[in-house]
Amino acid sequence: MVKTEQELAEAVKVATGPLHIRGGGTRDIGNPVDGDVLSTAGLTGITLYEPGALTIVAQAGTPVSEIEAALDAENQRLAFEPMDHRTLLGSSGTPTIGGVVATNASGPRRISVGACRDHLLGVRFVDGSGTIIKNGGRVMKNVTGYDLVKLMAGSYGTLGVLSEVSLKVLPKPETETTLVLHDLTLNNSVVAMSAALGSPFEVTGAAFVNGLVHIRIEGFETSVAYRAGKLCELLAKFGEITQTEDTASAALWSDIRDVKCFADHDAVTRVSIKPSAASEFAENLWQTLRTDLAMDWGGGLMWFSMTEADGATHKALQNMCAGTGGHATLLKGPETMRADVPVFQPENPTVTALSQGLRNKFDPRGILNVGLMG
Amino acid sequence: MEMPAPNQNVLSRKSQIVERLQSVLPIGAVIHTESEVRAYECDALTAYKCPPLCAVLPTSTEEVAAVLKLCHEMGVPVVPRGSGTSLAGGALPTADCVILGVARLNGVLETNYEDRYIRVQSGRTNLSVTGAVEEMDFFYAPDPSSQLACAIAGNVAMNSGGAHCLKYGVTTNNLLGVKMVLMDGTITEIGGEHLDAAGLDLLGLICGSEGQLGVVTEATLRILRKPEGARPVLMAFNDNEVAGECVADIIKAGVLPVAIEFMDRLCIETTENYAKAGYPDCNALLIVEVEGAPEEIDEQLALIKDIARKHDPVELREAQDEEEAARIWLGRKSAFGAIGQISDYMCLDGTIPVSSLPMVLRRIGELSDEYGLKVGNVFHAGDGNMHPLICYDANKPGDLELCEAMGAEILKLCVDAGGCLTGEHGVGIEKRDLMTHQYAQQDLDIQMAVKDVFDPEWLLNPAKVFPLDSSASRRMAAE
Repeated sequence: MVKTEQELAEAVKVATGPLHIRGGGTRDIGNPVDGDVLSTAGLTGITLYEPGALTIVAQAGTPVSEIEAALDAENQRLAFEPMDHRTLLGSSGTPTIGGVVATNASGPRRISVGACRDHLLGVRFVDGSGTIIKNGGRVMKNVTGYDLVKLMAGSYGTLGVLSEVSLKVLPKPETETTLVLHDLTLNNSVVAMSAALGSPFEVTGAAFVNGLVHIRIEGFETSVAYRAGKLCELLAKFGEITQTEDTASAALWSDIRDVKCFADHDAVTRVSIKPSAASEFAENLWQTLRTDLAMDWGGGLMWFSMTEADGATHKALQNMCAGTGGHATLLKGPETMRADVPVFQPENPTVTALSQGLRNKFDPRGILNVGLMG
Repeated sequence: MEMPAPNQNVLSRKSQIVERLQSVLPIGAVIHTESEVRAYECDALTAYKCPPLCAVLPTSTEEVAAVLKLCHEMGVPVVPRGSGTSLAGGALPTADCVILGVARLNGVLETNYEDRYIRVQSGRTNLSVTGAVEEMDFFYAPDPSSQLACAIAGNVAMNSGGAHCLKYGVTTNNLLGVKMVLMDGTITEIGGEHLDAAGLDLLGLICGSEGQLGVVTEATLRILRKPEGARPVLMAFNDNEVAGECVADIIKAGVLPVAIEFMDRLCIETTENYAKAGYPDCNALLIVEVEGAPEEIDEQLALIKDIARKHDPVELREAQDEEEAARIWLGRKSAFGAIGQISDYMCLDGTIPVSSLPMVLRRIGELSDEYGLKVGNVFHAGDGNMHPLICYDANKPGDLELCEAMGAEILKLCVDAGGCLTGEHGVGIEKRDLMTHQYAQQDLDIQMAVKDVFDPEWLLNPAKVFPLDSSASRRMAAE
């Protein structure tokens, strides 16, 4: 197993065939990939952590848990709340920070603080010809040259193999609370979440799970109490509201983040759309395809579970996205199913051509996670 | 600052080029007389000027596409221009280029409060985006100082920031989608109204690409509900380093203000004479602003003031009302103008890790003595984005060159401290040749390879961002 960036570069350089790039191997997402496994799990360690500058730099293979522990000691955190895919995918192993970045894993707080890509300040990676490249840095504002940092986030190892990432971190709030709204129709759920997110009360989570709407607020204790009160007034017209506080609230959002409700399903599609399109979208599918549904990001992120892994529902979702805007990804499904349908939403011809053009430049031999993204 | 020699083959065809552009654009949309093109000879980096071949002001995405298709066919370089407020020379023309101005594309296409976005044409000014949603108590967060004039097109091209990005992020964090025209005239949409990319994050790549990958004609932007209120506190210290330590302590304490602004003595005195904001007599001043309901603000400011007291402040002044809040901000907001009243200046934009603030400020002071040029420091301290203003005399031979040499030293210092050349203004022509200090050749090569994909002939804003010798072979191939 490679242990340094140099060794990683060398391994890519001497490769004669396709490579299957992985971190901790807990996020088996995408079209199935052939090739020798090249793992970054041996590149570990926090290179630099400056709490006063809100930045952490770590080797790509560093376990997420190690980073979270270091941040926790300084009362800070990765605010974009990266999903742990093991729960949903039933995978085992150690999630790495490189894997978080490569999949742009972003949790419920994405709606208020941004995604992984918004917190990613810099990258070092090895391109398909074995050249070590750096982009960005470790400061929060940086417009020096092209922003390849964003491009690398969510590129699933198809443009380069990450060796080091630099991330913005944020202080942990003093406390959190969750308002739970009962008895809402699907349509009203989205309306209620939009009302909360369009208020000045700084909602950091808005999700619909197991038939309930959850609204999260975080911050200093008095401020959380004040905002919870205001939101209860604002949302009173939607019916009964109960409150879940502090550690119970945190546990709840950890389950929402990891889509625990669909852990037992064979196939799950992740849909990203504008919230106002969500309810129509869902009603439609409920009637015709009878899928199960959870929503995050105020309705902007929908999870559809399928009891049978046949691909038709997933394709229907992609067709609907093609009409309304947005995209559908088959996040979980047996390999045979993933080989059979486009896992990622097909894009318009110009974007497809540009993306392919970039892949040809970053990976001229076409050896890095070939075909994973379609 | 060197610019490539104009392509004679383009210059000699001027009348033909103008005629063909006129054939695809409305009357009056092609500006080509010698006196009229002067209006486009520079942007806000006024030390460098060059009238373009001509300028065009299309009124639709289709017209932009027609212009680019024509220029592509005829091998004519194109320099896109928003409002021309770039401090880095991002919109500086070459004599053989067509300036493509988006000023006439300034409409609001859609506002959606339920999904919290607005779709605008890219020539719309930054402040008027907020203006369009203000009645519903919403706003567009990125707020560059030039927001009254600067266009969204330029904001997207440069990934502009502002005073409040500590909390709200910069343009790229608030951009959901664009309609864009490639150099060959292809119109495409990237992103949309949803929050993340379907495949590769091309939107993230385009934002901040300085108009080198395509011309953005429409943008979908996130809008946010305004906070219930905001209040600044002014904190005066007798020492730059102490102020710097105070900033780090505030951040470490777990409060996240929306803005932490810093001014040094030269800026404080100069703005005081100019704007009469009533600033105390001190060496370093911080303005810290927090948001929320009155009780929430009280709580946060109490915490911040407690931290400040540990650093022996000369004065802590919390705004008691709207008027006092406005006065606290007045000096900061007029700082550039005030310095401009007493001297010509060059504004730098290097960013450093907050922890190196004291060291970098000290070193800038030493450089100021060595070069014999005054430097004022006014900047966004919370995110380490510095704005040293180097004063010089444009009428004194050699002074501009001296100022540029000193500027280069300061920017290298920022990079060496773990930071970067530019935090929010962009590279343009100004920092082009310093890129090799921050990036190795292979780091620049892959960026140039990205441009090869979007604009294989290197016709779009070609002489910017990359050191001229690095990009020479690609630019020459176009001729």
